Amino acid sequence: MAKHRELGLTDSEFELIVEKLGREPNDVELAMFSLLWSEHCAYKHSRKLLRRLPTEGERVVMGPGENAGAVDVGNGYAVAFKVESHNHPSAVEPFQGAATGVGGILRDVFAIGARPIAILDSLRFGELDSVRSRHLLDGAVRGIGHYGNSIGVATVGGEIYFEEPYEHNCLVNAMCLGLAKTEDMVRAAAAGVGNAVVLMGASTGRDGIGGASVLASAELGEGDDAKRPTVQIGDPFEESKVLECCLELLEKGLLVSLQDLGAAGLTSSAGEMASAGGVGIDLDVAKVPLREADMEPFEIMVSESQERMLAVVEPARVDEVRAICEKWQTGSAEIGVVTDTGTIRILRGGDVVGEMPVEALVDGCPLYDLEPAEPGGWIYDNRATLQAGGSAEEELLALLSAPSIASKRWAFEQYDSVVGSRTARRPEAAEAAVLALPEAGSAIAVSIDGNGRRVACDPYAGTIEAVLECAQNLACVGAEPLGLTNCLNFGNPEKPATAWQLDRAVTGLADACTALGVPVVGGNVSLYNEGPDGPIYPTPVVGMVGELPDPAQVAGNTFTKEGDAIGLLGPFAPTLAGSELAKQRGELDTGLPQPDLEAVAAACATVREAVRAGKLSSARDVSDGGLACALAESSIGTGHGCRADLQPLRERGCSPEEALFGEGSGGFLLSGDRATLDSLGALVIGEVGGDAVDLAAGDRSLTVPLAEAERAWRSLAV
Amino acid sequence: MIWGVLQFPGSCDERDALHACEVASGEARLLWHESRDLDGVDAVVVPGGFSYGDYLRAGAIARFSPAMEAVAEFAAAGGPVLGICNGFQVLCEAGLLPGALLRNEDLRFVCRQADLIEERSGETLSIPLKHGEGRYYAPEAVLDELEASGQVAYRYAPGHNPNGSVRDIAGVRNEAGNVVGLMPHPEHAVDPLTGSTDGLRVFEAVAAAGARG
Repeated sequence: MAKHRELGLTDSEFELIVEKLGREPNDVELAMFSLLWSEHCAYKHSRKLLRRLPTEGERVVMGPGENAGAVDVGNGYAVAFKVESHNHPSAVEPFQGAATGVGGILRDVFAIGARPIAILDSLRFGELDSVRSRHLLDGAVRGIGHYGNSIGVATVGGEIYFEEPYEHNCLVNAMCLGLAKTEDMVRAAAAGVGNAVVLMGASTGRDGIGGASVLASAELGEGDDAKRPTVQIGDPFEESKVLECCLELLEKGLLVSLQDLGAAGLTSSAGEMASAGGVGIDLDVAKVPLREADMEPFEIMVSESQERMLAVVEPARVDEVRAICEKWQTGSAEIGVVTDTGTIRILRGGDVVGEMPVEALVDGCPLYDLEPAEPGGWIYDNRATLQAGGSAEEELLALLSAPSIASKRWAFEQYDSVVGSRTARRPEAAEAAVLALPEAGSAIAVSIDGNGRRVACDPYAGTIEAVLECAQNLACVGAEPLGLTNCLNFGNPEKPATAWQLDRAVTGLADACTALGVPVVGGNVSLYNEGPDGPIYPTPVVGMVGELPDPAQVAGNTFTKEGDAIGLLGPFAPTLAGSELAKQRGELDTGLPQPDLEAVAAACATVREAVRAGKLSSARDVSDGGLACALAESSIGTGHGCRADLQPLRERGCSPEEALFGEGSGGFLLSGDRATLDSLGALVIGEVGGDAVDLAAGDRSLTVPLAEAERAWRSLAV
Repeated sequence: MIWGVLQFPGSCDERDALHACEVASGEARLLWHESRDLDGVDAVVVPGGFSYGDYLRAGAIARFSPAMEAVAEFAAAGGPVLGICNGFQVLCEAGLLPGALLRNEDLRFVCRQADLIEERSGETLSIPLKHGEGRYYAPEAVLDELEASGQVAYRYAPGHNPNGSVRDIAGVRNEAGNVVGLMPHPEHAVDPLTGSTDGLRVFEAVAAAGARG
């Protein structure tokens, strides 16, 4: 096999490289091109689609293209955030894969000068009755905890779903938020001919070679164990030192620009810095501190060793920069210089071992149009796990104990959620995590959501639902959205059905963001998520950040007061399509009702204002498992049962079963005094009280004692 | 009263501790691990985190730092010292407190709110805890002695022991009473917004012990 094909380049891509160079690339150059022209780095199958997304907004401080996006939160402060995938490394080695996923997203955030203040994770695994899935879940949760806990950044939220199509290709998406003084923020563009290029942090080893091309930009399959060396090894202690060091350097104004080393290592960092700044860079690999002395130039250039940062520094300040690195006991080496040549030159001592125009290397990769074709029907398996003809009580308990719905306490108790003293609402205490920002005199809320099963049913409507779920979660804590980041996890885009899912999902994302007026400030695309049995569910994961004036006013999501009225607000007309119940019955099929974006946005505004005014006892978004699960989860652990009559939902065309367990956007479950709920226009369906979940729904009425509901909901553990 | 909070590479909770000290009594400053000079502070906090990465054993390296040499002298002279989580581990490693902290019984990191009983007052405090190596251990004879001499400072309330600590011990003090260590994090419990203000009681108790000395 030709070398370029082994490295993941097509013949025509290779020919284009030859044309741009005017000669055949040598091994160093070929290795560098193969990485920067990989799907992971070049977004060659998604970049055209992403142009559909709205990226502008009054509060946007940094948009797509930087290491992370950022929004203004007032008082001279900005909140930076981004979500990124580390799927394939985690599928091969879950602990280190997830750990370095966290490490990577933290670096993206402090690379722009923001101190990381929170982490959220969105995880997908196969069904928990699979030994492999339990192993992956356990490893990923331990890995996230290991990195986040050790570096002292609070993990404040997240979600985990378990679905068969993720069996071979789990998803590990990590999101980080950081807080920066807007004036201290820094961009990644290299500038100033003659300025020094300084590599800081860990030394460079042979770990993670080819991670972006061989592992991240191809389907998983047989023999992936052999790819384990392409997974990086994380060292949170090193990152903690580099983080503090970089923030001190930026605070002292010693850096011209800063960039983290992630996928494709030095190659992409240097390339992207040069490209963004319209300059060239000379790098001498002989000056790079190595873990193994005999590393080849190409290995040094593509190594994905973790905990490294690349900075551009004025020559006169290099000594000062290195002294601060020394103070923090982290490495630093002047390895190159900014030039006006427009080329990336790789030297080893006096020898030039590679020389490529920046434009060709970074921006020269061809972008491909997708060839989408809608599949003829449901392309995933159906597996019935629930006996037909069971009682409504049995169904409620089956849903509450479903791993995707059950409490995730087992996982989040393994994460430090309190470090930083900002966490005003901890995991599962409210619909979104709430972080106090005393510096800015306000608070932010953040939520991460995305139900791949529903996106599989209808990529357009399902993606809109993911955005709406975030917006609803924020509304429940009184927050107004400021910006959004996303990670698009899909299968092989060269296959027409996956291309269609991707195309429809991006359109849905664009339409939802436009309708809500929420700009997309950054994101990540992860393609080729396939195993031997086919693609994953199309899984756009949406992370949304909003602001609220007073975190003390935030409503919880559980009932607090005996006798409170329970109300349903919003355009909620649930169906069984794509629901957890349909999944358990083995009845999944294509199609979802189309969400009414404007009506949901209006309901969000109503709830947001009511929460801010302190009018509600609790607020919850109705999602997985429908109203019955939302009511049960609002009662569990509070000692307050609930009695509700769901028959009024008949007027919305819902059968008793749909009223209980149907799913869809736009539903808020509120509790408070009757007059308040009436004034908000909520449909009052019951009241808080008793020691059971007692729901009237015609021939499907049910009564489940609280203790039994709690046992089911708390059943998740590995 | 001026508090000093040690800062090691890998410390996580030093800024939270600084803030808590400020809330407790008005003034606090960070003390760099490489300095033997405690800058004239009246009390010292050895904060939580993963000092020097804690890859060898929690606290095993930090105990040898110049700042800890100074803390040992400060403690010997009766100065009040509070070790929180990793700080408790460091104080045990340094021999300033009896016992040791082992891996949690179920071998998992745990983060949750827990009820603590302050032994002297019998008061219950609601304070978060978060650690992977927090299982207090000492030989039976030592434990008997600690209990007899009133050196058990805090216990987990019934049903709240998260890690298998012997006799539910969450924190201990030295014989003189001026050095206190505990696994839960009082510095994360000084504001009702983030959970509770019970942590202030811990800072006040340590300050009072120093004042008595």
